[in-house]
Amino acid sequence: MTAAILDFRDVRLAYGDQLVLGGLSFAMAPGEILCLVGPSGCGKTTALRVAAGLVAPTSGEASFAGAPIKGPRRDVAVVFQDYAKALLPWRTAEGNVSLALEAIGCPRRERPARIAALLDRVGLKGQDHKFPGQMSGGMQQRLQIARCLAQGPAALMMDEPFGALDAMTRQDLQDQMLEIARSTGATILFVTHDLEEAIYLGDRVIGLKPHPGRIGIEIKVDLPRPRDQVATRESLAFLALRRQLYDFIHGVEGNAR
Amino acid sequence: MKGLVLPAFLIVLAEIGARLHGPSDVIAPPSQVVLAFGAAVRDGSLALATRDTLIAAFGGLAVGAIIGLALGVVLGLSRTLDRVLELPVEVLRPIPSVAVIPVALVALGFGYRLEIAIVAFACVWPMLIFTRAAVAGVEPRLLEVARALRLTPWATVFKIVAPASLPRIFVAFRLAAGVALIVAVTVEIAVNPQGLGAALMTYGQALRPDLTIAFLVWVGVVGFALNQGLLFAEARLFRGKR
Repeated sequence: MTAAILDFRDVRLAYGDQLVLGGLSFAMAPGEILCLVGPSGCGKTTALRVAAGLVAPTSGEASFAGAPIKGPRRDVAVVFQDYAKALLPWRTAEGNVSLALEAIGCPRRERPARIAALLDRVGLKGQDHKFPGQMSGGMQQRLQIARCLAQGPAALMMDEPFGALDAMTRQDLQDQMLEIARSTGATILFVTHDLEEAIYLGDRVIGLKPHPGRIGIEIKVDLPRPRDQVATRESLAFLALRRQLYDFIHGVEGNAR
Repeated sequence: MKGLVLPAFLIVLAEIGARLHGPSDVIAPPSQVVLAFGAAVRDGSLALATRDTLIAAFGGLAVGAIIGLALGVVLGLSRTLDRVLELPVEVLRPIPSVAVIPVALVALGFGYRLEIAIVAFACVWPMLIFTRAAVAGVEPRLLEVARALRLTPWATVFKIVAPASLPRIFVAFRLAAGVALIVAVTVEIAVNPQGLGAALMTYGQALRPDLTIAFLVWVGVVGFALNQGLLFAEARLFRGKR
């Protein structure tokens, strides 16, 4: 394995005397898609927030591209689950993408062309002048992804990005995300509670156990790419992985009771 | 149009009632009020009084709104400062603005400055309280987006906090504008010998109910027009963006 781009070493995080992450260690290779799954309270979102530099671990070391994570970085973009709250309602689609370009100091002249290209890339061509309030949930999440891509990120931290969408939209966005990952080579840490989604997207899936959050299972997903919503999900290898992950989650939830 | 039926009916009733009652020091028939209004328009006294009142009201509104806005933004963003200033704000805020008149009169004397100062005092509070709440109520996720994008504090205020809280701040401004007119007229009635309030006082004491009522109705019209203008501006500024 080449040098890890994201490296967690015995990362612990406590809020008061409640331990949320109890010693998390894993590493991601550049360009890898790693999915974190687990029951609620397992700390998967917290782990992502540590990786994004939004919270600092209580102890242990989290590093990105060889340097300890001290705070948010412009080359690490965060896709939040609640897209409706993460977009600026008073700015159009164009303006929302522009926010990230303004943040990275992109010259004003270059913005329109880059915005158009980014909107096109996430399937929002011609929607530049719509406000988020005039868009469906799926379109809003596409817009948030476009804004994140505008940062030119080396890594995307995606926190249950498709959890609130209907099944058809979710599958569209999954495939679009895989296409973006393929063409940009971005590293993706993807948090989800949907086991099938984790297997479908991931090169690797880590299942977390709750109270405190720690690694319970790690599965390598050796399914061929490009993946296909029907063929991949029907393959025996997919079903076997799904069974393995399901048994793990079921076991964890059974013990909790 | 239906909204005009009742006022028209009442005006006719007042006309009949006042004429049956005969000459009075308190009430005048609407027809005479209209005549008195026309006379006040022609001799310029209405325009002059309106100008004086509006200068004081807008001047005080501008000063009070700017102070209230600045304090509100700071207190909304900083929990520490909010705690430090909570007691002074809560002690000063309940003071009726007219109660400030004696102090302000000694310090500033009669005239615009007195009135502007008291109107400003009254306008600071609604602006401060609403702005503080609007700023503190900005969607936390948006502030996190700002962090994730590493926006500077300055850019965060101008690109996120200000636009997010502006619609609610504008509502506060509209309330403050209403307060400004009320307080300006009150100060004129109480001490300041200028503007619409002073005219009302003068005509009341001169036993001219026709002019008194004409000016009274006019104060209502000015207040109504002010609020309508601001409502229109609000609809234009924030249309379709929420």
